[in-house]
Amino acid sequence: MKIRRMGTTAIALAAVGALALSGCSSEPESTGDGSAIVTTNGSEPQNPLIPTNTTEAGGGKIVTSVFAGLVSYSATGEEELEVAESIESDDATTWTVTLNDGWTFTNDEPVTSESFIDAWNYGALYDNAQGSSYFFDNIVGYSDVQNTMDDPSGAVDEDGAPLQVGDPLAETMSGLTVVDDTTFTVELAAAEADWPLRLGYTAYSPLPQVAFDDMDAFGENPIGNGPYELAAEGAWEHDVQIALVTNPDYAGVRVPKNGGLDIVFYGTQEGAYAAVQGGDLDVLDALPSSAFASYQSDFPDTFVNQPAAVFQAFNMPYYLEHWSGEEGELRRAAISMSINREEITDVIFQGTRTPATDFTSPVIDGYSDSLEGSDVLEYNPDEAVAKWAEADAISPYEDTFDIAYNSDGGHSAWVDAVVNSIKNTLDIEAVGKPYPTFAAALDDRSAATLTGATRAGWQADYPSMYNFLAPLYQTGAGSNYEGYSSEEFDTLLDEGASASSVEDATAKYVEAQEVLLKDLPTIPLWYANVTGVWADTVQNVEFGWDSVPLYSDITKE
Amino acid sequence: MLWYTGKRLLQMIPVFFGATFLIYFMVFSLPGDPIAALYGDRPVSPGVIAQIRAEYNLDKPLIEQYLLYIGGFFQGDLGTTFSGRAVSDVMASAFPITARLAMLALFFEAVAGILVGLVAGLRKGKLFDASALVVSLLLISVPTFVIGFVLQYVFGVQLGLFRTTVSGSAPLDELIMPALVLASVSFAYIVRLTRASVSDNLGADFVRTATAKGLSRPRVVTVHVLRNSLVPVVTFLGVDIGSLMVGAIVTEGIFNINGVGGTVYDAIQLGEGPTVVSFIAVMVVIFVVANLFVDLLYAALDPRIRYAK
Repeated sequence: MKIRRMGTTAIALAAVGALALSGCSSEPESTGDGSAIVTTNGSEPQNPLIPTNTTEAGGGKIVTSVFAGLVSYSATGEEELEVAESIESDDATTWTVTLNDGWTFTNDEPVTSESFIDAWNYGALYDNAQGSSYFFDNIVGYSDVQNTMDDPSGAVDEDGAPLQVGDPLAETMSGLTVVDDTTFTVELAAAEADWPLRLGYTAYSPLPQVAFDDMDAFGENPIGNGPYELAAEGAWEHDVQIALVTNPDYAGVRVPKNGGLDIVFYGTQEGAYAAVQGGDLDVLDALPSSAFASYQSDFPDTFVNQPAAVFQAFNMPYYLEHWSGEEGELRRAAISMSINREEITDVIFQGTRTPATDFTSPVIDGYSDSLEGSDVLEYNPDEAVAKWAEADAISPYEDTFDIAYNSDGGHSAWVDAVVNSIKNTLDIEAVGKPYPTFAAALDDRSAATLTGATRAGWQADYPSMYNFLAPLYQTGAGSNYEGYSSEEFDTLLDEGASASSVEDATAKYVEAQEVLLKDLPTIPLWYANVTGVWADTVQNVEFGWDSVPLYSDITKE
Repeated sequence: MLWYTGKRLLQMIPVFFGATFLIYFMVFSLPGDPIAALYGDRPVSPGVIAQIRAEYNLDKPLIEQYLLYIGGFFQGDLGTTFSGRAVSDVMASAFPITARLAMLALFFEAVAGILVGLVAGLRKGKLFDASALVVSLLLISVPTFVIGFVLQYVFGVQLGLFRTTVSGSAPLDELIMPALVLASVSFAYIVRLTRASVSDNLGADFVRTATAKGLSRPRVVTVHVLRNSLVPVVTFLGVDIGSLMVGAIVTEGIFNINGVGGTVYDAIQLGEGPTVVSFIAVMVVIFVVANLFVDLLYAALDPRIRYAK
C-alpha cells in the first residue's frame, strides 16, 4: 500500500466546509490579525517536554504544537504527511520513509533521517526510562534495547521473584536503518497495515542533535520543527503558562493563522470557565461539570459538544466466582442490558456523553453503530432479567455487585446511577465502591484482589481501531488487566494488523469487535464527548479527533 | 524576654522533626504506587516504573527514605517533584504569592474589622451595630466558595472590573478580589470580637477614671478603650496569619492562584513525599513564629503582662 500526498485535498475540503458554515452569516468572514496571540487552557506538563516522555494531555498539546512528525492528523483523524514525503511498504513489515527536503529545527539544524532514528532509539532504550518506550515495541530490536536481567545483588520483590535491572544488549534498534539524509527504513517485528497512522503521535517526533547533550535542559526549552516555537528561553513558566509563537520556517500542513499561543495552566476547570466568560481566556477545551447545564446558553454560538476518541466502560475480572464460563457470559450480558445508558448520559452528563455502540469511538475510521450483537448494549430490562435467571439456574448469585472507582475523579454520580439501574432491573444488591485515589484502586487491580467491576477509560493515542483493541483485550497485552483471552479475537486482530490494506484491516477489526460483544470482557458505557467553549474574539475554532482544538487554524481579531 | 524568646525558638527543633517525620510517614502510607498512578491505564514498561521509583527512593524502606530526605534537607536539597523540578524552586514561586495574598487579606480584615467593630461597640444597639451584626452573621454562615464564585461572577464576568482569574505573576491589584474573599469570614469574627471587647471595656473602671480626669472622648476611645480591647483580636489575628500563610485551597482554586494550598493539595494527590514534607515544614515554622509574635505582642498591648524567666 502507498500513502501519497492527500493533505492538500483534505485542506481544500475543510476550507469548503468552513465557507459553507459561515455562508449563513451576512458579515464577511474575518481573517483575523495574523500576529494576535490566542490564549487557551492547559495544565502543567508532568515531565520535561521530551516527546518520548510526554504521556499526558497537558504536555501532549504543547509537544504537538512545537514538534512536527512524519505525519499529523486532520480534524477527522486522517493522517496528513508533514516531514514525510512518502511512507511506503509492500508487505506492511518493511517500511521505507522518505523525507521532504528543506525542513529545519528552529536552531537551523536540518531535519534528517538521523533526527528521527536517534530520537526513536533514545525513546526505546531501557536506561532512558521514557514513558512512551512501548510505542516502539513493534520495531525489530526493541527487545534488545529493553533487555533486563535478575538483580545481581539478589534482591527480590514482594512475591519473591528476582528484581529486574536493565541489561540492554544494544544501544539502538536494529530495525532502523539510515539510507541517506532523507531516507530510512523501518523493519517491524510483525506486520501492521496501518502503522503510518501511529506516526502522528508525539513519541515519534524528531529531535535535534543538541537534545542528546543534555536532555533535561532540552526538555525545559525544547527546540522543535513544528508550527510553533517557544517565545523565548524560559517561556515555560512552571505552574503558570507556556508562551508559544509562530515558527516562521515551518513548512507543513498546520501553518498557523495566528501569531502564537499562550497555554495557561488552570488548577480547576471552574476557574478556566470563568476566565472565558470574563474575557481573560479565548479557548477552553474542557468544561467543568457545573457548567454542563448552562454552557449552551452562556455561549450560544461558540461551543462544541461532539463525540471524541475516549471510550468509557467498566471491566469484569474473570477470576471472580460467577463471572467466568457460560455463567459469566450470561451475567455480563444481563448487566449490560440492565443499564439505561441513554437516561444516564442525559441526566447525569447533560448530553456530554454519547452511549456506546462498540469498543472504539465514533471518530475512528471504521466505526459502526450496528455491529452484529450490539443490541447487548441497549437497555432491555426483560431480556436482562431472563439472562440473569438463566445464569442463576447454573449457580445462584447471592453476592453484592460492586463497581470500584476513584473518588477524587468526579465519578461517584455516574457510578451510583449505573449501579441503581442494575439494582432496579435485576433486583440484586449493587453498590459503588470508592477508593480514595486512582493509585489505591490500581493496587487491588494489580494484586488481583478486586471484589467486582472496576471503572475503565481509554483515550486513543492515535486514531486507529487497533489502538482501542490490541492494548486492552489481546492476550497478555499491557493494559489487559482482567486477563481476558480469546483465541478467536487474537487471530482476527493479527489478521487485521497484517492485512494488505486499511479497508481489509478494518473489516477484521469489526469482526474482532463482534467477538468482544459476545464475551463482553468490559461493559461499554459511553464515549466522552469533547466539550469546549470560546470567546467571540476568536474564530475558526475546530476540535480535532483527539479533543484538542486545531490551534493553527484559530484566528483572532 | 530574650530568654523567653530563645526558649520558644528552641522548642521548634523537636516540633520540626516530629512534624516532618509524621507527615513523611503519612504520605508513605498513602495507598497505591504513585509512579504507576502517574501513567494510569497506559501499558508503560515495568522497567520505566522501576527506574523512576528508584530515582525517587520510593523503593527503599520508610526510615531510609526519611533519613535521605532529612540528609538532603540540611544540605539545602529538598528533593525534586515527579516532574523533575527542585522542590525549593516550587517553594520559591508559591510562598511569595501566598504571602502577598495573606498580607493583603490580613490588612483588609484587620483594618476594616477593627474599625467596624469599634464603631458598632461604641453605638451598641443602634442601627449601625445591628446591621454590622447581621452582615457578619451572613459572612460567617455562607461558605467561602459561594462568596468567591458570586464575587467572581458579578465583578469579574458581569461588570468586568477585575480579572476573573489571577495571572501568573499575581500582581497586587489582581489579588484584591481574592483577598477580600479570603478575608470575609475572619472579618466577620473580628467585627464581633472587637465589638464585644469594646463594649465591655466602655464600662470598665479605668475608662470611667479617664473620662473623669477630663480626657477628650477621642483619646479615651483610642488609647484606653481600643488598646485594651485589642488583646483578644490580636490573638485571633495571630492564629489567622498562620492559616492564611498555609494557603487557601478553595480561594486559590477559584481564582487560579498558584499558591501554597493548591501546590500541597496536588502533591498529596500525587503522593510526592518531599514536596508535601518541605512545604509543611515551612508551614510549621510559620505557625510557631506567628504564635510567638502574638505572645510578645500581648506585652506591648497590655502593660500587666510581662514575660519573665
